[in-house]
Amino acid sequence: MREYETVIGLEVHCELATKTKIFCGCTTEFGGEPNTHVCPVCAGMPGTLPVLNKQVVEYALSAGVALNCDITQYCKFDRKNYFYPDLPKAYQISQLYLPICRNGHVDIEVDGVKKSIGIHEIHMEEDAGKLIHDEWEDCTIVDYNRCGVPLIEIVSEPDMRSADEVIAYLEKLRMILQYLGVSDCKMQEGSLRADINLSVREVGSDKLGTRTEMKNMNSFKAIARAIEGEMNRQIELLEDGKSVTQETRRWDDNKCASYAMRSKEDAQDYRYFPDPDLPPVSISDAWLERVKAAQPEMRDAKLARYVEEYGLTEHDAAILTESRKVADIFEAAAAICKKPKEVSNWLIVDTMRLLKVHEMDAADLKFSPEHLAKLIALLDAGTINRPTARDVFEKIFTENVDPEVYVEEKGLKIEADDGALKSVIEEIVAANPQSVADYHAGKKKAIGFLVGQTMKAMKGKADPGTVNKMLAEILNQ
Amino acid sequence: MEITALTALELGKKIKAGEVTVEEAVKAQLEKIKERDGMYNCYVTVMEEEALKRAAEVQKQIDAGELDDSPLAGVPVAIKDNICTKGVLTTCSSKILNNFKPPYDATVIEKLEAAGAVIIGKVNMDEFAMGSTTETSYYGPTKNPWNTERVPGGSSGGAAAAVAAEEAWYALGSDTGGSIRQPSSFCGVTGLKPTYGSVSRYGLIAYASSLDQIGPIARNVSDCAAVFEAIAGYDAKDSTSVKMEDYHFTEALVDDVKGLRIGIPKGYLGEGLDPEVKEAVLAAAKTLEEKGAVVEMFDMDMVDYAIPAYYVIASAEASSNLSRFDGVKYGYRTPDFEDLQDVYKKTRDEGFGMEVKRRMMIGAFVLSSGYYDAYYIKALQVKALIKKGFDEAFAKYDIILGPTAPTTALKMGENLSDPLKMYLGDIYTVSVNLAGLPGISLPCGIDSNGLPIGVQMIGQAFSEKTLIRAAYSLEQTRSYERPACVKGEN
Amino acid sequence: MAITDETIEYVAALAKLDLTDEEKERAKKDLGNIIGYVDTMNQLDTTGIEPMSHVFAYHNVFREDIVTNGPDRENILANAPEEKDGGFKVPRTVE
Repeated sequence: MREYETVIGLEVHCELATKTKIFCGCTTEFGGEPNTHVCPVCAGMPGTLPVLNKQVVEYALSAGVALNCDITQYCKFDRKNYFYPDLPKAYQISQLYLPICRNGHVDIEVDGVKKSIGIHEIHMEEDAGKLIHDEWEDCTIVDYNRCGVPLIEIVSEPDMRSADEVIAYLEKLRMILQYLGVSDCKMQEGSLRADINLSVREVGSDKLGTRTEMKNMNSFKAIARAIEGEMNRQIELLEDGKSVTQETRRWDDNKCASYAMRSKEDAQDYRYFPDPDLPPVSISDAWLERVKAAQPEMRDAKLARYVEEYGLTEHDAAILTESRKVADIFEAAAAICKKPKEVSNWLIVDTMRLLKVHEMDAADLKFSPEHLAKLIALLDAGTINRPTARDVFEKIFTENVDPEVYVEEKGLKIEADDGALKSVIEEIVAANPQSVADYHAGKKKAIGFLVGQTMKAMKGKADPGTVNKMLAEILNQ
Repeated sequence: MEITALTALELGKKIKAGEVTVEEAVKAQLEKIKERDGMYNCYVTVMEEEALKRAAEVQKQIDAGELDDSPLAGVPVAIKDNICTKGVLTTCSSKILNNFKPPYDATVIEKLEAAGAVIIGKVNMDEFAMGSTTETSYYGPTKNPWNTERVPGGSSGGAAAAVAAEEAWYALGSDTGGSIRQPSSFCGVTGLKPTYGSVSRYGLIAYASSLDQIGPIARNVSDCAAVFEAIAGYDAKDSTSVKMEDYHFTEALVDDVKGLRIGIPKGYLGEGLDPEVKEAVLAAAKTLEEKGAVVEMFDMDMVDYAIPAYYVIASAEASSNLSRFDGVKYGYRTPDFEDLQDVYKKTRDEGFGMEVKRRMMIGAFVLSSGYYDAYYIKALQVKALIKKGFDEAFAKYDIILGPTAPTTALKMGENLSDPLKMYLGDIYTVSVNLAGLPGISLPCGIDSNGLPIGVQMIGQAFSEKTLIRAAYSLEQTRSYERPACVKGEN
Repeated sequence: MAITDETIEYVAALAKLDLTDEEKERAKKDLGNIIGYVDTMNQLDTTGIEPMSHVFAYHNVFREDIVTNGPDRENILANAPEEKDGGFKVPRTVE
């Protein structure tokens, strides 16, 4: 078998985190009963006209700057004409001739190898509605809530060569866009969608093979599977002496296979022309400077600063800065309690663990840095012990409880009376002569059992370290 | 004199003076409509109930002194059926919208109602404003009140005919390539297409977005000026809307053209222009010269290229604007479908008339890959040159004058078999839309067939005050001619 | 510019029109005449002329990112040819 190389380009659609739609004052809130976030403009009613949301341009510029693009300082909107029920005007307002950003790049690293992935262009456009298939009646119901939600489409150069590179690119893109606050980039909610353009060619060839377009991957894992699947399918075709048909294929993750989408009946001639209802957008040098100046600190700079300013290891700083939300919580909590190492540990160990358990995105963290700082203070003051702190943290994570209030309510404070502790320990020692004997016989580990029993008797309201110390003292008497 | 023969402003004065109530005016108009609309077919929808209800409301406001600043308060108005009126049938004279009731008012409707207008009905037009004769209407053609074997012009034929036949004191029309001016000319009334962007397009069902404008049709320049003053204004809902510096257009109703520089393009007077029209237009120019204007012939290039550029651009935009009529969200849907493609194709085939289909196909063609550069881009370049030509002319002249149409009203039934010939009749009007300029048509004579002749004046962008002054001055030199059908009355 | 049967098929498909044979013939003739006439634009030398989309030099017409619309489903669906479960009903679309 010949050796093949896979050539992959991505078209990523990203819903912008504006409050309102791109051309009307309807909310972009996710969900809602069908057609309740809709007005005559986004429903494409006759006589209505679009008016551009300035925040969309600001976000697009912010993304373009962060992705190292040239900004097209005079750009326009074009109409892309086709018929489909999710498109009420029967045209989508997009940008073809003068997209707002061009010629950017994103740096990724896979298995220690650094690579730059080119970005061909970024353009603004409006999202379409949703089609809900009604099984009972074999019909389709159209909901325009999503219609008009602003999108940026990020088109890469065909620079990727493997599923790993694609995932690295997507992760980097997502991190950058989340960092900017421009989008929450949640694939499962559809605010981040990726279409894959893939072709194969023999290693050494500089001609591009026929490519297919793949849609309907709803997670990064599905994307990786789709790439593997399509790559193999195309190679198999070529090995069999057949050719690859240029088409759009729909990935079915359940079946782990793709199917050619029924070709749309009309010729794919979108007849793009500049939208006469929308004046061009002119971005002055001053505006661009303002955007650049207002860019938030990006990941790499933040990571370096954390190492420098807080004395964290690169490893820890890397984890903390992977999500802007986590980084923000870190800095805020550290500012309050002045214990960056402590804050860092709670975020890296317990928070990450709980995110996995609850299958949550770091961007959705709800607890406040103040509460984390308070927890650390309680622990430091010896008011609660570490196991208790862990339990309380879980409550902070899920319900953002105020730890001071919670500890008080549930009576979780460590028993401060040493005398009471001493008598309990003496009781335990008296009640467990075997363990005591084992301890004296050299089995130092037997003390663990006694510590456990003590903690049980104290209903957890003791510090295990203190218990251990006291026990040892008493046993060694 | 019957109150239906008054001008809109005259009626407005009488209402304010308490000589006529709003209800009386509405009832008088409804009477005339009942009496003659069977003959002329100006109205698609007569809003009898709504108008009477509104008349009561407006009368209250007038009596309370709330509309003292509105000279048109209480005066009923007819609205072209491509302008959205909330809860009232808005059909664009097309089968595909024969049941459409918009849940919103066009901005111009909101403004008129704020000024105390009473909407009395929706008037007939060429389907989706595509045509010059009002013969493509799904609701049957409108007849010219001057001669019912003649067309009233189009696409605002219903509006112009209603005003001429005194079935309306004034009307709102729309103009994309001459659709206010040409029917005004054919019907012996006055029509103003304002500067692009001066009147909001929100709620005007779009034909060609970069060319459409709403404007008044009335029996004299003063009425047009007053209506324009009421409807013009910046609208945040229309991104192509422009804020003008001065909206006091009625201040321009002054009979004075001393020193006004008027240019007549030589290219307007070539072959194809009816000799009687030519004579009347040149006589109008002479009249203005006698009043102190400086009149001169000049060369303006591009006259021949305006029509092809217009049809490419208008058809292209129309093909896109009309795609939303697909049987999914509103309007007509074919009763006979098995799948989605049926819904689209059959709805549109059954719902649209032939002229609309023709223009949609031309539009699809000139935008399609392979032809986009040669046709659409080329047309946009021609448009730039046409604007440049006008800019150069307006460096030398305040007003450009010429005929509104090469003929007087055409005979009914002769025009639809040769669309190209019909398009050529737009020669004087389309370039004005391409350049976004204001243009007004007013009567300047009657031909030997007893049909009205119109003269067009074109101004530089946002110079409506100069245009109104020039038109008003010319108008003072002749009296308004009523068509025979109403002349019989006193 | 010759307008062929294929051209008519193509543009009718783009415009989603189901034309009868008679309509197609007529369209072929009409479009032929019209496009032929429109070709006269080629006589004009437009080298170096910037195509003019908008007649005035406006730009940057924006609105603020503030929610101004509330739920309005009743009005949105009021003219629907067919509706179901709060949405517009159409025959089954195939992916």
